[in-house]
Amino acid sequence: MNPVLFRKFKNHLMTFLMVAATAAVLVPLGMIFFHIVKMGISSVNLGFFTEIPKPPGEAGGGMANGLAGSFVMILMASLIGIPIGIFGAIYLTEYGGSKMSTTVRFAADVLSGTPSIITGLVAYSLLVVPMKGFSALAGSVALALIIVPIVLRTTEEQLKMVPGSLREASLALGVPFWRTSLKVTLRSAMSGVTTGVLLAIARVAGETAPLLFTALGNQFWNKDVTKPMAALPLQIFNFAISPYDDWHRLAWAGALVLVTIMFTLSLTARYFGRGRQRV
Amino acid sequence: MPPANASTMTAPHPETTVQASTKPKPIAQEKKLSGDLIFRWVTTIFAMSILAILALMLTEMALQSIPAIKQFGLKFVTASEWDAVNGNFGALPYLYGSVVSSVLALALATPLSIGAALFITEICPRGWGSMIAPLVELLAAIPSVIYGLWGVLVMAPWLQSTVEPFLIDHFGALPFFQGAPYGVSMLAAVFILMIMVVPIITSITKEVLMAVPQSQKEAAIALGATRWEMIRIAILPYGRSGILGAAILGLGRAVGETMAVTMVIGNAPQISLSLLSPAYTMPSVIANEFAEASSKLHSAALMEIGLILLLVTLIINAMARLLIWSVSRGSSGGRI
Repeated sequence: MNPVLFRKFKNHLMTFLMVAATAAVLVPLGMIFFHIVKMGISSVNLGFFTEIPKPPGEAGGGMANGLAGSFVMILMASLIGIPIGIFGAIYLTEYGGSKMSTTVRFAADVLSGTPSIITGLVAYSLLVVPMKGFSALAGSVALALIIVPIVLRTTEEQLKMVPGSLREASLALGVPFWRTSLKVTLRSAMSGVTTGVLLAIARVAGETAPLLFTALGNQFWNKDVTKPMAALPLQIFNFAISPYDDWHRLAWAGALVLVTIMFTLSLTARYFGRGRQRV
Repeated sequence: MPPANASTMTAPHPETTVQASTKPKPIAQEKKLSGDLIFRWVTTIFAMSILAILALMLTEMALQSIPAIKQFGLKFVTASEWDAVNGNFGALPYLYGSVVSSVLALALATPLSIGAALFITEICPRGWGSMIAPLVELLAAIPSVIYGLWGVLVMAPWLQSTVEPFLIDHFGALPFFQGAPYGVSMLAAVFILMIMVVPIITSITKEVLMAVPQSQKEAAIALGATRWEMIRIAILPYGRSGILGAAILGLGRAVGETMAVTMVIGNAPQISLSLLSPAYTMPSVIANEFAEASSKLHSAALMEIGLILLLVTLIINAMARLLIWSVSRGSSGGRI
């Protein structure tokens, strides 16, 4: 074959392969969406948000206890994890530059790459064993371990972008350093920090593995955080591997609700992030 | 009136009161200093707590797995018997399952991801790229339990009815495709892991490719290269270590992936060459057995599997970070 033609042919072949690869990436993901919406939409009704699961064989039922449990545990995990992440990030940017801050940064990176089931194991041995029972509190701690590194790294990135002149202006007006950090530096990075926080919450909202042997799950309502508590992802897992069609339907509905919540959080986070870039 | 005096000291205009008396100055300074000191201590403690968490993780898991380490020693990773009733624990089937499923998934996912990243950065119209890229990133955020739900209720039945019979009919002579089509199998785990790591590798590879200097590409085009030749000569060598880093990060994710794999792999602790037979992975066995561990030794053995998993992912992630870090550093130097 003519060498020029061959090169052109190779070019077209490779272009085709790249298009095919993109299609191969997007098709399964499109199918997942299609199935979640198709199977989930018929079971998402008022009952899903107000009722607790029914025994197999009975139609209907909902995941109200799982939704509430997830909400409670995410709230507690945020209360534990977000301050550690934000104050840690302030340390890194305002007092950093030493060996210590490099180590902290590396530890956070390592922590964020740890499989989530490991955080469950750690929370188990720290809280479940001494408290002699599974509890929502242990689940929250496991989730907080996932929140910390995400919030820390995104907050640090945002704080670094705050111009030094802003800090200096505040200090020159006689504002103490700590007030400058909180009221000027952190505040002007707030929208970016919010993005990081929302992304972290979106991430833990779908985590199942850390809750398996910490919060354990619960078929019924429970308001006591020292007792096992239901969570939406746990319920999806348990119902998906059950052999009952009614429970499968509930699992699909739960998946649709969970994906909707997560995408709302991600899009809100993106919205805040965009505002930050324009400033 | 000393109390009134004291209140003016902390007023926002110290210079007006400084003239009135000399005493307020050191007091005010002391107060400022102590606020800063407290702030410094608080942030340091929070930053330290991250190190403490990591140290706590490692020591706690090591302590908890001591009974198993003492009992089995090195045999833990070479024996393949897992018998909770008689207290005999060997983790080889789980190691094998983890290695095979994640390596195969990565082998399938990496070329696809590179192709997709090249398509987004080099081939498709600009508008498309800015639509596909956020979509891919959004997909990386889907929880694994949802991939698992889809895998066990949609993909596994499809594999059982269509793909696996096809493989048995046409490639049944190979040791990899022997046995009955179960649906839930090593093959299903490989596929679901591939689908899950592709968005991660694609979005990092895309970042790496976008860091290739424009002049480099233009030089290749100016020399008469076709688009593919430009990609091969100018882009891929430049991004090589970054792409490798992305793939290793994907590997770390695949090794630690728990829920989706647990739901589709079949959970049978056996070592079989056939991809159609059920298998088991390290995170899966922890997920399935830990809450109901029958004895102290059983939970210690599961803890030890967790410890191995933690160490493996630590090494994988450190490698990936170093590679990506070296590239993004080089690229920012190139852009300036």
